[in-house]
Amino acid sequence: MSALLEVSGLCKHFGGLRAVDSVAFTMAEGEILGLIGPNGAGKSTVFNLINGVIRPSEGRVRFAGTEITGWAPYDVVRLGLARTHQIVRPLGDMTVLENCTVGACFGRESLGLAAARRVADEVLELVGLRDRRDVLASSLTIAGKKRLEVARALSARPRLVLFDEVLAGLNPTEVGRMIAVFRAIRDQGIAILMIEHLMQAVMSLSDRVVVLNFGRKLAEGRPEVVASDPVVVEAYLGDPDIAARLAEE
Amino acid sequence: MEMIRQPFFWIMTAVIALFALLPPLTHDVGLRESLFLAAVYIILAGNLNLLIGYTGYVNFGNIVFFGLGGYLGLWLVTVFRLPLVVAALLAGLAVAAMTAALWCRILRLRGAYFALASIGIAEATKAFVSNFEPWGGATGLYLPMGAFKAMGGPREALWTVYFLMVAVMAATLYLSYAVKKSKFGLGLFAIREDEEAAGVLGVRTPYYKTLACTLSGVLPAVAGTLFFFKNGVIQPEQAFDLTLSTEAIVMLMLGGQGTVTGAALGAFLYEQFRGYLLISPTFSSFQLVIAGALLLVTVLFMPGGLMGWVYQRWPRLRRILE
Amino acid sequence: MLGVLASMLDGVLVGAVYGLGAIGLTLIWGVMDVINLTHGALIAMGMFGVYLLFSGLGLNPYLALVPVAAAGFLIGLAIYWSAVHRVIGRPPLMSLLSTFAVNMVLIGLGTSGFSTSPYNVDISLPGISLGAYTFTGNHLVAALAAVAIAGGLSLFLQRTRLGKAIRAVSSNRKAAELMGIPAARVLAQAFGIGIAIATAAGGLIATLFPFTVLSGGGYELKSFVVTVLGGLGNPAGALAGGILLGLIEGGVTPFIQVSWIPVIEFALFVGILLAFPNGLFARRGH
Repeated sequence: MSALLEVSGLCKHFGGLRAVDSVAFTMAEGEILGLIGPNGAGKSTVFNLINGVIRPSEGRVRFAGTEITGWAPYDVVRLGLARTHQIVRPLGDMTVLENCTVGACFGRESLGLAAARRVADEVLELVGLRDRRDVLASSLTIAGKKRLEVARALSARPRLVLFDEVLAGLNPTEVGRMIAVFRAIRDQGIAILMIEHLMQAVMSLSDRVVVLNFGRKLAEGRPEVVASDPVVVEAYLGDPDIAARLAEE
Repeated sequence: MEMIRQPFFWIMTAVIALFALLPPLTHDVGLRESLFLAAVYIILAGNLNLLIGYTGYVNFGNIVFFGLGGYLGLWLVTVFRLPLVVAALLAGLAVAAMTAALWCRILRLRGAYFALASIGIAEATKAFVSNFEPWGGATGLYLPMGAFKAMGGPREALWTVYFLMVAVMAATLYLSYAVKKSKFGLGLFAIREDEEAAGVLGVRTPYYKTLACTLSGVLPAVAGTLFFFKNGVIQPEQAFDLTLSTEAIVMLMLGGQGTVTGAALGAFLYEQFRGYLLISPTFSSFQLVIAGALLLVTVLFMPGGLMGWVYQRWPRLRRILE
Repeated sequence: MLGVLASMLDGVLVGAVYGLGAIGLTLIWGVMDVINLTHGALIAMGMFGVYLLFSGLGLNPYLALVPVAAAGFLIGLAIYWSAVHRVIGRPPLMSLLSTFAVNMVLIGLGTSGFSTSPYNVDISLPGISLGAYTFTGNHLVAALAAVAIAGGLSLFLQRTRLGKAIRAVSSNRKAAELMGIPAARVLAQAFGIGIAIATAAGGLIATLFPFTVLSGGGYELKSFVVTVLGGLGNPAGALAGGILLGLIEGGVTPFIQVSWIPVIEFALFVGILLAFPNGLFARRGH
């Protein structure tokens, strides 16, 4: 069985700084992989390298059997790899529906306007924004904008979505709602690669977890295994007991 | 086409019909001349809208399309004796090809850099043409005496050119409306909002920008041929008039960039206003002062222009007056 | 050969003045990310200011630079508060258009006041002759003045409180505000200084060449070329860029018709924008 996403030997230097250093991991269809690590570990950079916003200095990215290293973002989406942004980027002067229609029109299926609007509608229903479909994106709350980011990415009918700290800044109720959305996404067979700081969410949702620090991969494996790995604990959590308590939850 | 069912399509058609029918029915040459100029302005602002209003790239040098089209067309008429319509269409195609080939690199520049580069291109073109002997250099190209004979004499020719210009204006209006409602237009608006995010969403930004820019040049080029044919002569200063280039932007901003009605209305009102100022003896130099003041007020207080204000006041009209 | 060399040397002198002309533009651009399209009109104002003081009051043109620059500063403040303040932080198109609007107003007023007739500041200073070639005193003094003013600006930015405040706001506005710097007022003054330098440059140019109300446009375009050569927000780079431009002009004029020079300059301009989006002498990480 070939992997859905294969990242091998991925490196990115900015001048003398090695932001990402020989990172490698794979993902299977329908899997949820958590990408965690302290701030500045290079997680968002890895996302940017995968979906083509930045070119890697070294290394390869394969998606669905195709080599996509160095591809432009708009070509990557065509294959079925969508992403959200850590700092939300709504198309402000367009409505919620129009935002998602863009995603549907230019995503994997390259739909016409009418079909795209139907897809957008379905996705908005899934994330719970359908009642605000004709509202201008710029007037949503931050939680709404985050949901829009997710909806837009999903509108592209992806096989894999990269979620960049979608839960950050949400209150507990909103977090709960978003986690339900994640589960619904997974039920549709879409794989998720997520960067998150909310440990509870990452550990409970992920099938596997990859830990980064200073641009390098520290550990990889099932959440409870990684959480009790002393190297990870030391780098990230500082206190070994927290790890044990998290594993219990 | 689905467009035909929309009320706005019929509003546009009615306006075009007015342009086409009023002057001949009233035998009013003065009205024809005024509407002729209005049509030119609508063509300039309406096509510029594709790049500024839809895609968010400000082309200060947009007059380049008009001027080059004029020169190419007139050159084809005087040297190759081609009929006007053929020359105009060829000029449009040639300018489109040149734009597609040359502007794609320029379009990689963002925001203000693009605007500056576009000024540079316009100035460079003007300076080049002023020195280009085969096109008459600084003196320009003169239409030979018998040019109007092929169209049945000067009086007939003027009417024919008028109707042709109205046709180009019609094409401008229908084109901008069609683009606005299309998937292509949606992609352009996404680019205008956030180019990088649009790319991440799958919009093939470099191609879309180049296509928008190319489209924005075709009809002005055709109009250029028609305009300067009627003028009888084309010279660098007039062909590449940077003031007119900027006035096109002013018209677009005043009317409301991003909307078809805004571009047309802004152009029409500005032309009427300017015509009034030019006639009034006190105001000739003040034309620029007043235009500048209008632009400043619009930018500071009403960036959505006239249509922006209308949409706020009467939100229903958003669907009807696109 | 010597002739070309002499032409190029003269080009360096004139280029220094071009550089000064661009410093105002690059300063404003670098500090507040606004492309000031009134730049040309204000260069023209400087020209006329010096002309009026010289022909009307008999004031030495070089001394007249002082009141002209002072007036330029005040006008700059006025333009900032009326047209620029509200559009800072909005998309760049807005500031382009608002400054362009002010430019239209100024040029319109200028042409109704002075029409498009050429004017001239008739002053001739003794020059230096090397063999068959003369470097006019005007050119020498103007170049020296340009370098002096540019140097003065540099000292000002490094040593004075306001200068440092300007650099702080330009680097990180929010942080500067948190430190108690009144950012808007500082920006206004920076704008005023940029305009003051533009008018001073205009005044110097008036001593070199005849001019009309519309001449400013030509020098504004030269300023863009220089700014792009020297890198945004880099006054020293602007001076260097100006000298480079002058050098190129001087090297090229003996060989081709004058009317081709604009073509070369604009082609250079667009070419550099495409090849070096951050200028030839770019400062890293702005």
